[in-house]
Amino acid sequence: MTARKSERLMNLTICLLVARHYVPKQRIRQAVEGYHDLTDEAFDRMFDRDKEELRALGVPIEVGTLTKAFEDEPGYRIRRDLFELPEIELAPDEAAVVGLAARVWQDASLASATTQGLRKLRAGGVPVDESALTVLEPRLATDEPAFEPMFDAVTAHRTVSFDYRRLGADEAARRRLEPWGIVSWHGHWYTVGLDQDREAPRMFRLSRIAGEVSSGEPGSFEPPHDVDLRTLASSLAPPQPKSSATVRVRATAGDPLRRRATAITSVDDNWTELQVPYSDVSSFADELVSFGADVVAESPGELREAVMSRLSAVAGVSG
Amino acid sequence: MTANAQTQVERMLALVPYLRGREGISVDDVARDFKVPPGQIVKDLNVLWFCGLPDAMPGDMIDVDMDALEGEGVVRLSNAEFLSRPLRLAPHEALAMIVALRALREAAGEHEREAVDRALAKLESAAGEAAAAATAVDVHVDPVDSEIRAAVDAALHGNRRMHLRYYVPGRDEITERDVDPIRLIVAEGQVYLEAWCTRVQEVRFFRLDRMTAAEVLEQSAQPPPGAGRADVSGGLFQAAEDDLLAVLELDRSARWMAEYYPIETSTELSDGRLQIALRVRDEEWLIRLVLRVGGGAAVVEPQEVAAAVRERACEALEAYAD
Repeated sequence: MTARKSERLMNLTICLLVARHYVPKQRIRQAVEGYHDLTDEAFDRMFDRDKEELRALGVPIEVGTLTKAFEDEPGYRIRRDLFELPEIELAPDEAAVVGLAARVWQDASLASATTQGLRKLRAGGVPVDESALTVLEPRLATDEPAFEPMFDAVTAHRTVSFDYRRLGADEAARRRLEPWGIVSWHGHWYTVGLDQDREAPRMFRLSRIAGEVSSGEPGSFEPPHDVDLRTLASSLAPPQPKSSATVRVRATAGDPLRRRATAITSVDDNWTELQVPYSDVSSFADELVSFGADVVAESPGELREAVMSRLSAVAGVSG
Repeated sequence: MTANAQTQVERMLALVPYLRGREGISVDDVARDFKVPPGQIVKDLNVLWFCGLPDAMPGDMIDVDMDALEGEGVVRLSNAEFLSRPLRLAPHEALAMIVALRALREAAGEHEREAVDRALAKLESAAGEAAAAATAVDVHVDPVDSEIRAAVDAALHGNRRMHLRYYVPGRDEITERDVDPIRLIVAEGQVYLEAWCTRVQEVRFFRLDRMTAAEVLEQSAQPPPGAGRADVSGGLFQAAEDDLLAVLELDRSARWMAEYYPIETSTELSDGRLQIALRVRDEEWLIRLVLRVGGGAAVVEPQEVAAAVRERACEALEAYAD
């Protein structure tokens, strides 16, 4: 069954590809062996299905009228310039990096889309080498269930709605979005777009979407043409440091704090005093507490209080 | 059934132009390039044998040398000039490849970046309209210190041993060690060096942003044969059976831990608390993690860790007493 159908689809493709003009349906019926011995009705059904399956593969089948004399009879053709992969010549180092692309996606459907793409390049004469031992392996994992539907929504311009659980929030809340794009930011996938209720751009982490993503019709919005996802993501991401703290650090400890410090003063053999910029008291206090007795928050008072109350909570004493 | 025919047609549309200029290639080589079993290629050729120009006149059909195929296992296909080029890239193919290359660009050193840019430009132009959707997907990798990165690249390309000053956050400690680089892996937005650590005699992953100094040594890198390059598709850090199993109860404020760390199990408790179990290699790391969430997580097990966390907090509080 499969073999006969594949054969018919191939012959239909070739028939339309080699034709110079639109080929009338009845002519196709004669020319392609798989359409012989069918009733009119069965042929119509099969031909329609075949066209759709080829189009789904990206075969550009066009419909047009033949000549003025036969205006009501539609014909079909495949324009070779739209069908064929344009010539592409890659230098050896370019071909090598393209070969690396095959290993990037960890997810099955994107990995197989890459494999199909590479297969076409190779068939088009590009010497893609996927087996080279390399020193560089970027990997993109897309474990979030929301990735696929969001990816589809972004490429087809479908509006979406979903339940979103903000970090620390009790309940998930329904959000409605025109998704402009998807960004991997600090190792997590986010969608960026116009929040229809807040009427402003927002960014949502895909892993915090609870349940199904429901999508609207394709083409239900038009994203701004000059949207720069990276700039937008960084503007929606947590704010830049705007405050500075004085912290005391044991001489052998706290390397990440030293690296961010704007000033480092030695107090004595055991202690160093640092000026460290931060943006949010609460998350900076969390970080300082993780160093235990090796780091002491001196000022501002607000930060010192926050560290003390956390330590008291952990120690189980009333702060 | 339908999906099979479609997949087969898709493959055959690439197979015919692929075989041009590869006359006499072995079925096994074709199968490897197409990532299918050799038997599938034979099936495809058996279908192609019945394909050709309209009206299926003798001489108009694709010619497959069946004797060569069955006898020597090699492919000779001719009379298929009408399919000399593959089908153009479909939007999802162009998108997957372009985004993969962008991820590669983010991860690349100076060296490769320029080649990636040239390849991207050519691919985008060949993909035409299909490339348009790719502007809607971006991959950002956190930048690392350029001197560190240059040293790591030089060691990898020159196959040399390196000396690292490396920060271990779980112990808040800077360590000194010599390593033999194997490859760079970019995962979860970070760049890691996979290397043989001569100190612990094991393959380890080193995050580039935690290297405080990296020096290329004269000595050449000699990782033991077969070291590293394991499949890391399940994540870089796989828990081992003999790792400590810790049980924590998380408040709402500490729930992020459940999405951040690979956990074994999680159970919703009443009043919004979540109980999780995770494998821990290093007790010290766990103590610091629990301190970090400042009372948002309670250690249920092991008891010693719970006690150590309390003790550590009491000790730290002394600095604030008066």
